[in-house]
Amino acid sequence: MTISVIARNTFKEAVRDRALYLLLFFSALSIALARVLAVLTVGDRVKVVKDVGLASISFFGALIAILIGTGLVYKEIEKRTIFTLISKPIRRAEFLLGKFLGLVLTLAVMVWAMTLVYLAVVFLHTFKIEGRMVLAVFFIFLELILLTAVAVLFSCFSTPILSSLFALSFYLIGHFSWSLKTLIKKTPPGLGRTLLRAVYAILPDLENFNIKAEVVQNLPLPGGLWLGAVAYSAVYTAFVLLLAVWIFRRRDFI
Amino acid sequence: MGNVLELADVRKSFRLGFIPKTKEVLKGVSFSVAEGEIFGYLGPNGAGKTSTIKCVLGLIFPDAGTISLFGRSPLDPRSKDKVGFLPENPYFYDYLTGREFLDFYAQLFRVEKAERAGRIDRLLKLVDLERAADLQLRKFSRGMLQRVGLAQALINEPEFVILDEPLGGLDPLGRKEIRDIILGLRDAGRTVLFTSHILQDIEMICDHVAIIVGGRVLNQGCLSDLVSEKVLFTEITVSGVDDESLAAFGECVQVREGRTLLKVFDETNVQPVLDLVRERGGRIHALIPRTQTLEDIFVDTVTNQ
Ligand SMILES: Nc1ncnc2c1ncn2[C@@H]1O[C@H](COP(=O)(O)OP(=O)(O)OP(=O)(O)O)[C@@H](O)[C@H]1O
Ligand SMILES: [Mg+2]
Repeated sequence: MTISVIARNTFKEAVRDRALYLLLFFSALSIALARVLAVLTVGDRVKVVKDVGLASISFFGALIAILIGTGLVYKEIEKRTIFTLISKPIRRAEFLLGKFLGLVLTLAVMVWAMTLVYLAVVFLHTFKIEGRMVLAVFFIFLELILLTAVAVLFSCFSTPILSSLFALSFYLIGHFSWSLKTLIKKTPPGLGRTLLRAVYAILPDLENFNIKAEVVQNLPLPGGLWLGAVAYSAVYTAFVLLLAVWIFRRRDFI
Repeated sequence: MGNVLELADVRKSFRLGFIPKTKEVLKGVSFSVAEGEIFGYLGPNGAGKTSTIKCVLGLIFPDAGTISLFGRSPLDPRSKDKVGFLPENPYFYDYLTGREFLDFYAQLFRVEKAERAGRIDRLLKLVDLERAADLQLRKFSRGMLQRVGLAQALINEPEFVILDEPLGGLDPLGRKEIRDIILGLRDAGRTVLFTSHILQDIEMICDHVAIIVGGRVLNQGCLSDLVSEKVLFTEITVSGVDDESLAAFGECVQVREGRTLLKVFDETNVQPVLDLVRERGGRIHALIPRTQTLEDIFVDTVTNQ
């Protein structure tokens, strides 16, 4: 399959990039720092270790997705490596999906590495490991997949710096759009409310992927929650990728 | 024998800049490349050679006109299966080694694993890069990149090879090697299209040429039809004879260090000049009959524009 050839090569490209290891190093540092932070806090130290660790994975995962994702396609066009690729018997959609999957693969490996560090730190602190912590990371990973698709979409038509800004905005909006829900409740029924609903439906709600609080506070998780998150990520990612392919197929590579 | 590639009235404009300004790059390009020939696509810088090739390969979409590659659309993977392409100023993944790089492209063409290693070794040998097989491409010189690019273009054993400035960035020996490879491709029954603004290269090996200037193909045809065998004039470099006597036979173009360069337009005048020089005890340093070259046609075409 040509898609998998492209994906594997993209993975190779990403893991031969030194910047990736720098990010990995800082994420590990940040997770480990949670312990130091825990010592300094009064109250439940275990919570701090778990919380800061998950937040670090989420933050550095997003950073990797945005930094590498926005550069990937753009670099191919800018450095003209795309010329020899598109002239081969592959469709443009295959190229784009291969790039995306290669990046998702890279992220999976990176997130897994961070998770190992995280689990080790928590284990050293509490001498036990819970399956829920891995579940929380899985949710973060679902979010990162979507963020990668967004990064790839922007990199189809704009420079890495602009794309990074766009993708970052997407990430921030995604984490605050839940506040619209409260707003919707407070708005009286009518046109305004319908409009707000429409806006909320289009905007990403990345809080769907956030179960940090539940995991850290040991709150019960509703059954089937993961199913909803998987479905939300899959549908939104597919939509974003379709848009990316639609744009990419029309492009001139001059 | 059929045509491998046909272009009919292909037009393309770029809209560039912050406030888009339309620039017409191809203004109705038509030509065809027949099976088994070496086709030279000639034109000055910025004429639209690379743009034409990008249209053929589906990298850019023409605004109007038709292109047929093996009788199909250029976007059809089935036609691209039989095409090899070397871009100008090749840029490749520099984090791959020469061998990995070729293996990657071989996989894109779905070449079987068992077949790949042997084919890659053969190609590396062909372009004389065996020593660099395990070197990362970022450590390649310009000429080495050109060579590995050519190997990449041949990885699928293409029936039709498109080479954009394949001789750029090579030393004279390298140019000869690549020319020999191109000739070898033709002898193996492949079709080759290559662009250049260096006339000697095209003159030496092409069967057909098309000349593009400013986005229009101004002249095309069989090389022997375009270039006449007729002697235009003869250049004779003489010393020991005064210019006045020589001027009777032709035009004295240049006098330097006691030597005179005489341009003789009438062939029947050449022998009398030689007789005169012998009579006066002078010397002939050079005698060059100048036939019309592709360069003359090229210069004509460009200046008539
Ligand atoms: N990336 C680009 N941005 C802006 N203009 C371009 C670009 N590429 C090509 N052009 C324009 O298109 C025209 C044709 O360019 P093209 O590259 O096809 O020429 P060429 O015949 O290949 O020249 P050369 O011999 O220098 O390679 C040029 O006039 C150039 O100004
Ligand atoms: Mg060019």
